[in-house]
Amino acid sequence: MIVVIDYDVGNVRSVCNAFRYIGCEVALSSEPGAIRDALGLVLPGVAAFGYAVNALGSAAELVKEVALSGKPLLGICVGYQMLFETSSEYGLHDGLGLVRGKVGPIPPGRVIPHIGWNQVKLPGDMDLFAGLGEAKHFYFAHSFCAEVADEQARVAYADYGFDLAASVQKGNIYGVQFHPEKSGRTGLKVLENFYEICENRKSREV
Amino acid sequence: MLTRRIIPCLDVKDNRVVKGVNFLNLQDAGDPVALGARYSDEGADELVFLDITATIRSRETIVELVEKVAENVFIPFTVGGGIQTVEQIDTLLRSGAEKVSVNTAAVENPEVLGEAAQRFGNQCVVLAIDARRSKEWHRHPADDFENTGRMPVPHRPGRWQVCVKAGTEPTDIDVVEWAVRGAELGAGEILLTSMDADGTRAGYDNELNKAVTDAVNIPVIASGGAGTLEHLYDAIVEGGADAVLMASITHFENYTIKQIKGYLRDRGIPMNL
Repeated sequence: MIVVIDYDVGNVRSVCNAFRYIGCEVALSSEPGAIRDALGLVLPGVAAFGYAVNALGSAAELVKEVALSGKPLLGICVGYQMLFETSSEYGLHDGLGLVRGKVGPIPPGRVIPHIGWNQVKLPGDMDLFAGLGEAKHFYFAHSFCAEVADEQARVAYADYGFDLAASVQKGNIYGVQFHPEKSGRTGLKVLENFYEICENRKSREV
Repeated sequence: MLTRRIIPCLDVKDNRVVKGVNFLNLQDAGDPVALGARYSDEGADELVFLDITATIRSRETIVELVEKVAENVFIPFTVGGGIQTVEQIDTLLRSGAEKVSVNTAAVENPEVLGEAAQRFGNQCVVLAIDARRSKEWHRHPADDFENTGRMPVPHRPGRWQVCVKAGTEPTDIDVVEWAVRGAELGAGEILLTSMDADGTRAGYDNELNKAVTDAVNIPVIASGGAGTLEHLYDAIVEGGADAVLMASITHFENYTIKQIKGYLRDRGIPMNL
């Protein structure tokens, strides 16, 4: 079962609906037992960074520990930003620090927030995007973005007048700045790929 | 680069999609959940659901509708119609809507835009404006007021006035000024409907669209009057719209979303196709 971590931030229902739609068993939970037993974890987030970190509270250490043990983790939007070390949204906040890098405001000189469909160039070696070709459009809605400084991480970029880090992958840790649950068929395919990654890892363990 | 967006609009009455002409003569266009799912599958960029009855009872059914839509539609969707309070907005967002549009309530109580933006972020606050070209017979508003005691409606040639309560009540508010103020107050997007063009399939009011898109920095969704593919192109190029809303031309299957997007892409408009 995929566990979507429940910590009272915005629209988590849509993420669960999308997993259910692709035929995946999914639960919304913050119970330590459920997090440890999950096939894979999803860290959603529609909120300000600091609010989200506080709301996650003591579950943060557990999510970090479970992710470092090799369980697939997918961060979405602010959940993606929380994978990094720090964010400067409304004050300086620490993230989970699973991927080196920091989160800051989208550079001025363009429309902010970045809302709408933008094209992401998909590197062939990121298994989250398997079967999707070289580039696809995804739905974005955010004002802050990540600057990835981790040499072990693979990054997919979108062009918003600068190279916007749209997705990151470091081993079993995945993150997407866009909303796969709101990106139509393409987004559902990303969630299917994540589900498959989780299943494959489990079958390797057995 | 962000793409321009194609947004089918579903006017909902008694749990059915309906479509009228100049806000009147409604025709049935099907089940909202099924139609929404069809558009999502076909590649629409977003959807708008407007509860055009907006009674207390319909507000409860619209929440149920939003929940059902969210189980079947995996693109962003906006819900509007009779929304008055931040609590109602909260309920609709939690039920699965990406954005909520406010119309009459924002005119009566402009603070609602700012309160909603602070709580949920301005990306989910849409200011819906029903615009009507100022009419000749408003030429002597002061006289009208003295004689009748009714609110004066100024005659401003080449301008547009804001109408509220599903277009039934004209106000003395200028559309362009209201759009600018709405953006300052916290709206993240403007849904601009020309009442004169609505349902006529004779083309968008691009003078109106241009007047508003030139005046604000937030995205504007042009609405009312789509009849041909060229109309959509004109709304984007002449009107400066970031997104185009349509109902009749897609509900009754004159054009598919794919045809629309293919046409616009071939004419050089960035599309998610």
